[in-house]
Amino acid sequence: MGLLAILLIALPAAVGPYALSVATLILYFAYTGQAWNVMMGFAGQLSLGHSLYVGVGAYTAGALFFHYGIGPWAGLWLAMLLCVAFGLVIGFLAFRFGISGVYFALLTIAFAEFTRIGFDHLDWLGGPGGMFLKVAQRDTWDVLNFRGPPLMYYYSMLFLTALAFLICTLLLKSRAGYYWQAIRENEEAAQALGINTFRWKMLAVAISAAMTAVSGVFFAFYYNNLFPHEIFSMNRSIELILGPVIGGIGTLFGPIFGAAVLTLLSDGITEALAALGWEIPGIKQVFYGLVLLIVVMFLPHGIWPAVAKKLKIHA
Amino acid sequence: MLEVRHVSKSFRGLRAVHAASFEVPEGSINGLIGPNGAGKTTIFNVIAGVYAPDAGEIVFEKKRIDGLRPDQVCAAGIGRTFQLVKPFAGLTVLDNVMVGAFLRERTAAGARVLSNSILKKLDLDAKAALPASSLTLPDRKRLEVARALATRPRLLLLDEVMAGLRPTECDQMVEVFRDLNRREGLTILLIEHVMRAVMALARHIGVLHHGEVIARGTPEQVVRDPAVLECYLGEETPV
Repeated sequence: MGLLAILLIALPAAVGPYALSVATLILYFAYTGQAWNVMMGFAGQLSLGHSLYVGVGAYTAGALFFHYGIGPWAGLWLAMLLCVAFGLVIGFLAFRFGISGVYFALLTIAFAEFTRIGFDHLDWLGGPGGMFLKVAQRDTWDVLNFRGPPLMYYYSMLFLTALAFLICTLLLKSRAGYYWQAIRENEEAAQALGINTFRWKMLAVAISAAMTAVSGVFFAFYYNNLFPHEIFSMNRSIELILGPVIGGIGTLFGPIFGAAVLTLLSDGITEALAALGWEIPGIKQVFYGLVLLIVVMFLPHGIWPAVAKKLKIHA
Repeated sequence: MLEVRHVSKSFRGLRAVHAASFEVPEGSINGLIGPNGAGKTTIFNVIAGVYAPDAGEIVFEKKRIDGLRPDQVCAAGIGRTFQLVKPFAGLTVLDNVMVGAFLRERTAAGARVLSNSILKKLDLDAKAALPASSLTLPDRKRLEVARALATRPRLLLLDEVMAGLRPTECDQMVEVFRDLNRREGLTILLIEHVMRAVMALARHIGVLHHGEVIARGTPEQVVRDPAVLECYLGEETPV
């Protein structure tokens, strides 16, 4: 663990800009996957509309910067607040009226879609034409406005991933973690043991939404352009859950491990094919599907639990 | 301690429980028996908050509890087990019990201590680290009891915990409940088909038939009651 930390901190000194951007992407998926995992992995509430929180988070902080020049350190809080509000509305509707399982997942998709359509009509945020944050010079560290070289983005994502890991570990070992897992395994039995299932599920949604909001803020300031049809798309929601699904839903290391495996392999294959002179559009999606198929067939609990068993680690 | 007063509950016109009344005095062990479909489990579910009664009231320690949610009933001090066991299959035996223990213990360390002591009582301590899904049926029944006990109930509702156990296992379980009742003053209300267990445990028995309480008394009185014999064995007809 300590070795891994040192390795990750020292990584930028050893690799070029392309590898650094891949590493940043891995961390981005590792972080967002962990955020999703709180809701699905721990509490068993399947969200297929997490792009909603990424998008709302990104647009909130992005708009504050675009219109008023307010940096993301302030925008972050508003983004989290708004995402929690969105999450609680969805959670309230679902949990109060007993919508669960597949129907809950459909509700999360529906809300992400509503929001996409809504943002398409918000001219103040650029509408379907997109919103573009001014790209500042990339070689100075302007931490206040979160503008700087790739190194800054890498380290901030590394910090966020480590922080999320710490939060998830503490949550899972606390009363909340036990209650969520009980709800995931058998809601009726959980309730009979004195658990107010409504309240604890709402808490899981709120924490997951707040964490995902931060990932949206990062997205806005890293990529600098936001389009509703991209950021709120179903593809985005699926893409960000592939890490935890492949790595191991409900485990602490799974989302991180899954993000690394998936991104490294898919980028590796795309690169290898490009080197051979084959540029195949959409090959990444085909590859994602293939990996998912293999994992579901042979390692239904994800790759990480199998690896942990081999290495005799409990996590 | 617990008073059930004229409680009725119907499901789409099917009268599952009709004006049932009985009480459970503090510190006692009470049995509720009756043929299949008599409404025993429905009464349990009404007490435990799974259903609100259509009519009547339920009073626990001088407070009305009818209409409360299951978690509120549990927090009030009533623990329950399920007839069809519902373990948290993906969690270990210890973690299963800790979920219950967190009701009164806010820290993981406190919950672990309480859970370990309960697992010892139910002879499950050697299996604490196993996943609940690997347990045999008798052990799952024991886990069900351990989890309910971890919420520190003052009244424990047992829904057919003896069903499916071998006679020796059944006697073991009877001993556990006797011990809890004697040493810790735990009040118990059990639904049971296994007469061996009911007769050995209960001081007082209520008989439910077609959703109505048709007899109440000591085990000896109840087995001689003509109404009870009739519902179990059928009416005597002259040949």
